[in-house]
Amino acid sequence: MEDMIFYDRLQFAFTITFHYIFPQLTMGLSLMIVYFKWKFLRTQVEKYNNAAKFFMKIFAINFTMGVVTGIPMEFQFGTNWAKFSELTGGIIGQTLAMEGMFSFFLESSFLALFIFGEKLMGQKLHFLTGFLVFLGSWASGWFILATNAWMQHPVGYEILDNGKFVLENFSALFTNPWLLPAFLHNQMASVVTSAFVMASIGAFYILRDKHSEYGKLFLKTGVVFGLISSVLVAFPTGDWNAKNVAKYQPGTFAAMEGIFETEEAGAEIVLIGQPNMVEKKLDNKIAVPNILSFLTYQEWDKQIPGMDQFDADELPDNIPALYYSYHIMVGLGTIFIGVMALALFFLWRKKLYNIKPLLWTIMFLVPFPYIANITGWYTTELGRQPYLVYGLLRTSDGISPTVSSGNTLFTLLGFVALYMLLGLLFLILVGKTINQGPTPQKH
Amino acid sequence: MEIFWYIAIGIVLTVFFVLDGYDFGTGIIHLFFAKKEKDKEVITKSAGLFWDSNEVWLVAAGGMLFMAFPTFYASVFSGFYLPLIIVLWLIVFRAIGLEFRGQFKYQMWKDIWDVSFGVSSLLLALFFGIALGNIVRGVNLGGVENGVSAHEGHYFFLPLWDSSFSPLTEHPGVIDWFTIIIGLIAVVTLAIHGANWVILKTNSSINSKLKGVIFKLNITLAVLTLFSLFVWQKVNPNSLDNFSDKPYLMVFPLIYFTGLIGLFFINKIKKDSHAFVLSTLIIVGGITSSLASLFPVILPSVNDTHEHLTIYNTAAESYGLSVALNWAIIGFILLIVYFIVQKRLMGGKVDHMDYGH
Repeated sequence: MEDMIFYDRLQFAFTITFHYIFPQLTMGLSLMIVYFKWKFLRTQVEKYNNAAKFFMKIFAINFTMGVVTGIPMEFQFGTNWAKFSELTGGIIGQTLAMEGMFSFFLESSFLALFIFGEKLMGQKLHFLTGFLVFLGSWASGWFILATNAWMQHPVGYEILDNGKFVLENFSALFTNPWLLPAFLHNQMASVVTSAFVMASIGAFYILRDKHSEYGKLFLKTGVVFGLISSVLVAFPTGDWNAKNVAKYQPGTFAAMEGIFETEEAGAEIVLIGQPNMVEKKLDNKIAVPNILSFLTYQEWDKQIPGMDQFDADELPDNIPALYYSYHIMVGLGTIFIGVMALALFFLWRKKLYNIKPLLWTIMFLVPFPYIANITGWYTTELGRQPYLVYGLLRTSDGISPTVSSGNTLFTLLGFVALYMLLGLLFLILVGKTINQGPTPQKH
Repeated sequence: MEIFWYIAIGIVLTVFFVLDGYDFGTGIIHLFFAKKEKDKEVITKSAGLFWDSNEVWLVAAGGMLFMAFPTFYASVFSGFYLPLIIVLWLIVFRAIGLEFRGQFKYQMWKDIWDVSFGVSSLLLALFFGIALGNIVRGVNLGGVENGVSAHEGHYFFLPLWDSSFSPLTEHPGVIDWFTIIIGLIAVVTLAIHGANWVILKTNSSINSKLKGVIFKLNITLAVLTLFSLFVWQKVNPNSLDNFSDKPYLMVFPLIYFTGLIGLFFINKIKKDSHAFVLSTLIIVGGITSSLASLFPVILPSVNDTHEHLTIYNTAAESYGLSVALNWAIIGFILLIVYFIVQKRLMGGKVDHMDYGH
């Protein structure tokens, strides 16, 4: 039983982590493509149109990868988490079906039209198709976040005697207080990824002295979008989410902040330290007193319950992983703001394109927004443990009753092998597209 | 309300098999008949331009099934664990075969992805047929052995095969001689459908030859169909009761046989689109007949201890089903609009369409 739950969780974690590499880019990128297309419509400068089309190529590769790795996510609700699906399908089935029906269709139909239909449609319609791709991909995020929000903070349901969750109020799924902050935080974080990718490609072109006209455009746009989104991720959206966790999942809040003992006169904020689960304390701690209480409640001496206030089986089952995920996300987010602010300063002083160390930094920073996004999701998901539906349905009660651990291990190994191949092909393809550059090819 | 969702999901699933069916069929034709590089390229393109927008119908069907019949979704997806995951892997190989083939000009590179596309299409067609075979045959719900249930009555687990390969044992596997026959019917049907698609959408040099291929495949299909009707009686003696109780259901098999008989005249049919309609009728008729033979059952139990899964004992509660109706109607209208817009813009032969670059 224990290793069944372990393999089921590991397979879901592995496949969702790999899957989320792709949508986080496409969601952010679609916004930036719409921006380029809009800029082209206003200025009629061909450069912007080529930029839009170039990034739509990168979008398309990511979209394909997102589709083929996304279908296993939908399937796994049934294959590995059958009991969870049976008990909650009447509720989360709503939002997941809406995602398939509205956003996925919208995105894939209009992506094809954007790529093939420019000459056929004229520029205004072409802009519209780009906008609809953006709308589809953000709507997709909205429905997935609505699903997740219900699992984090269940609303609008009733539980029958046989344990089934029944929908009682449809609109509650979308007015869930967890949803809007989580959605905005997530979407801003995806803009961070796409902005860093764009800036990184720009820095690469400038450093390599190839396609440098586009390099400057990409770097500039990436830096501006990057700074705005990095700030918005932290404040107000990140702050808003942290307050929600403190309010609705206080045990999780204590665990992710690393507060082992409740302090009477206000909680400190931990900057560095390693959770020591044996002695129930942080080793090598560096912390600033009272700041956490102030950030969370705007009161310096407000008491925040530590982990000592909760039963062990109500707390997340992997506290160090949760603590590290959260701190990696926050740490990287802070670095992003710093680097992008610096870059914007030099952009304003018209020096950015010549400062090589900064260009190299921006180029190599590209994996880190991905790591920040994914550790952010780990924070959410590890934080909800040991529950699938917070406070109501335990993870151990959600797995498929008839699938043995040997079968799950077999499919997990298969996914690992297949996704390694996919990842390799993806890199080759994106590398090739970047190398070709945005200048229109001769036929 | 259950019936509405049953029909709606049935339609979406049928549309998926008609649309993505031609992609699978194109892969099969590509694997066995395309020899020249020019033909290979254009045949891959006739599937490559459309597969992802066809696959969204699968995602929509999955989502709707999850929402409307969560118990069925949970039972079937966990019970057919291995074949479903293998289908997922094949879908990946099919997709990357189509998407990566044209990326480099080396012949070796193209050969790899041609095989990836062709073989995974063939196996997908086979597996989807086998899945249908499993649904009409039924499974050992509750894992009953000597009258004792191993788990709750709406759960089961099937290994890929049982050493006897027989559908008549107490524990049939996913693959047995009956489901293999249904699998072969699916392969032949989709090969015909794919050949029609290639003829319709391309100017490949094998088009004229493909008509002869369709004729031969059609004979095979007719033989297999009659044989399967015969053995179906053995596997599930009540299989035709629904049709004798409600004679109007005969319209579904009639659709199937219209397509089947019509395609014997493939060489006389002037318009390529008419032939494509006929193979569409075979798919539509085949799926709807199978579903109609079971209705309202959606997964029969082969033991007497546990009742069949029906649309009534697996559905979500009525409030959820009726509130979903509101958004589903809007959704369906949008689907039809997207579909029409897309078909208009991507109509005609694909030979000169620009594929992604």
